Amino acid sequence: MFASENILEITYLIATALFVLSLKWLSSPVTARRGVWAGEVGMLLAIAGTLLHKGIVDYRWIAIGLVLGTIIGVPLGRVAMTAVPQRTALSHAAGALCVTLVGTAEFYLRAPNVPQFMMGVLSLEVILGALTFTGSLMAAGKLQEVLQIGGLKIKFTQRPITYTGQNFVNLGLLAIAVGIAAMLVLHPDKTFLFPLIIGIPLAFGVMMIIPIGGADMPTVISLLNSYAGLSAAAMGFVLGSKLLIVAGALDGASGFILSVNMSKAMNRSFTNVLFGAFGQEQVAVAGEKETRPVRSASPEEAAGILAAASKVVIVPGYGMAVAQAQHKVRELYDALTKRGVDVKFGIHPVAGRMPGHMNVLLAEADIPYDKLLEMDDINGDFPQTDVALIIGANDVTNPAAREDQSSPIFGMPILDVDKARTVMVIKRSMGAGFAGIENPLYYMDRTLMLFGDAKNFVGSIVRELSGGHS
Amino acid sequence: MQLDLVTSLYVFLLAAFIGFEVIRRVSPLLHTPLMSLTNALDAIAVVGAIILAGEGKSELAKILGTIAIIAATSNIVGGFMITDRMLKMFKASGPRKP
Repeated sequence: MFASENILEITYLIATALFVLSLKWLSSPVTARRGVWAGEVGMLLAIAGTLLHKGIVDYRWIAIGLVLGTIIGVPLGRVAMTAVPQRTALSHAAGALCVTLVGTAEFYLRAPNVPQFMMGVLSLEVILGALTFTGSLMAAGKLQEVLQIGGLKIKFTQRPITYTGQNFVNLGLLAIAVGIAAMLVLHPDKTFLFPLIIGIPLAFGVMMIIPIGGADMPTVISLLNSYAGLSAAAMGFVLGSKLLIVAGALDGASGFILSVNMSKAMNRSFTNVLFGAFGQEQVAVAGEKETRPVRSASPEEAAGILAAASKVVIVPGYGMAVAQAQHKVRELYDALTKRGVDVKFGIHPVAGRMPGHMNVLLAEADIPYDKLLEMDDINGDFPQTDVALIIGANDVTNPAAREDQSSPIFGMPILDVDKARTVMVIKRSMGAGFAGIENPLYYMDRTLMLFGDAKNFVGSIVRELSGGHS
Repeated sequence: MQLDLVTSLYVFLLAAFIGFEVIRRVSPLLHTPLMSLTNALDAIAVVGAIILAGEGKSELAKILGTIAIIAATSNIVGGFMITDRMLKMFKASGPRKP
C-alpha cells in the first residue's frame, strides 16, 4: 500500500467520525452550530484527501467543477427562509443527479464485464437516483408554483392531479425498470438496456409527484431525502467507499425517520409512506355544506380579549408563511409579552411544507425557540389556555379528526385548540381547507372568526394593543 | 480499493443503526436544518465524481464526472451555508429587550 493511499483512508476515517458527531451535535440548538462546523471540516478533509489520490492525472475539470459548483451553491445558501422547502427539494435533485451521473459513468467504464453484485447495486443507484432527480425537481416546482426562466413562465399547481389507473401506470413503470435491471444483472453485456433503467425512472419521478398535493409535501420531501441517501449509499457500494456508505446511510436514516414522523402526524400507514402518494385516499367533497352561523370579530375586539388573557397559544400554519405574517406575529408576541401575557406557540409536525418549517420561520422572526412547543408538549396546556389564536392553519386543528369517525382525517393527531377558553381563527374566508374538509371548530360558541389577511389582521391587533394603553 | 459485499453491508448496517439512534434525538425544532445538513453531508459523493473527472479514463467519465462535481459542490456550499444561517436564528429567550 502506498503512503498516499493510507493518508486517503485516514482522512476518510476522520471525516466519517466528524459526520456522525455533526448529527449528534444537531440534537440541541445549543450545540447545533458546532455540528455544522464538524461537517464542514470532515467534508474539507475528505475532499483534500481525494485530491491527493494517485490516480488523478488531470485537475482541470475538477477545478472547473468545484468553481462552478461554488458559484451555483452560494445563492442557494442565501435564499429567503420562506423558500427553504423548494431549495431543499432542489438540493435533493442535485444530490441525486450527481449519484446518477457517477453511476452511469461507472457502468460504461466497466461494461460489459460487470460482476452481478456490482450490477445489482449499480442499478439500484441509478434507478433511485434518477427518480429522485425528476421527482425532486417536480416537488420544487410545485412548491415554487411559478417558475420563470427568462421570458418563459411555467406554472405548477399545488393541487394534486389524478386520473384513473394512475397507481397502475406508476407501479407498472417502476416494475418495468426493476425487470430491466434484473435482466442486466443476469446479462451485463446487454449494454443497450442501461439507458432504459435511467430513462424510465426519470419518467416515473415526474409521474410520482403529479398526484401529490401541497399539504403532503412534508412527507414527500422527507421521502425523497431518504431515497437520495439510499442512492448515495448504493454508490458507496459500487465505489467501495466506506465513507460514502456511511454518509448515505445517515442521510437515508434521517429521511426515513422524518417520513415516518410525518406519516404518523397525518395518520397515514407505513406502506403509504414507502410508496409515496400511492393509495392516498382522495377526499370526497363534503356532501352537506355547513350552514350554521359563525361569530366573527374585529381587530379591536380580538385585541381586547388577548390583552385580558393571561395565557395565549398561537398555532401557525402554512397560511402564515404564505401571508409572510411571521414578523407581524413577532410584534404581537412582543406586545403581549410586554403586558405580562404568557405566549407560547403550538407547532404541528406537518404544519407548513417541510418538517420543521414553522420553527425556522418563527426563529427567523426572532421568537425564542423555547417558546416553540411540539404538539405533544403543548396539548396538555390547552384546557388552561385563555386564547388559542390560529393563524393560517386548518386541518391540524380540526376536532373532527378526534371525534368524527366518518371524517377523512379521522385519527390524525391534532392540536387540541378547541379545549381553550376562547378560540380565534384568522382566515381569509369560510372556504374549506386544503383537503376540502369542513372544520367544526369554526362553528363552536367559543370560536371567533377573524376574517382577513393574516399579516394585515395581526398588524391591526398589534396597533390596537400598543395604541390602547390604559 | 474494492470492498466485498459483506463488508459493505456491515458498514451500511452499522451506520444505519447509528443514524437512527443519533437522529431520533434531534428535536423536531431543528428538523429543517437537519434535512439541509444531511443533504450537505450526502454530497460527499463528490469524492467519487472527483476521481471520475480526474482519472479521465474516458471522455464520457470526464464530462459526467465534471457535471456531478458541479451538482455536489453546489449542495456542499449551499447546504452548509443555509444550515448555519438557520441555526444562527435559533435563540433562547434570555435577556430580551423589554
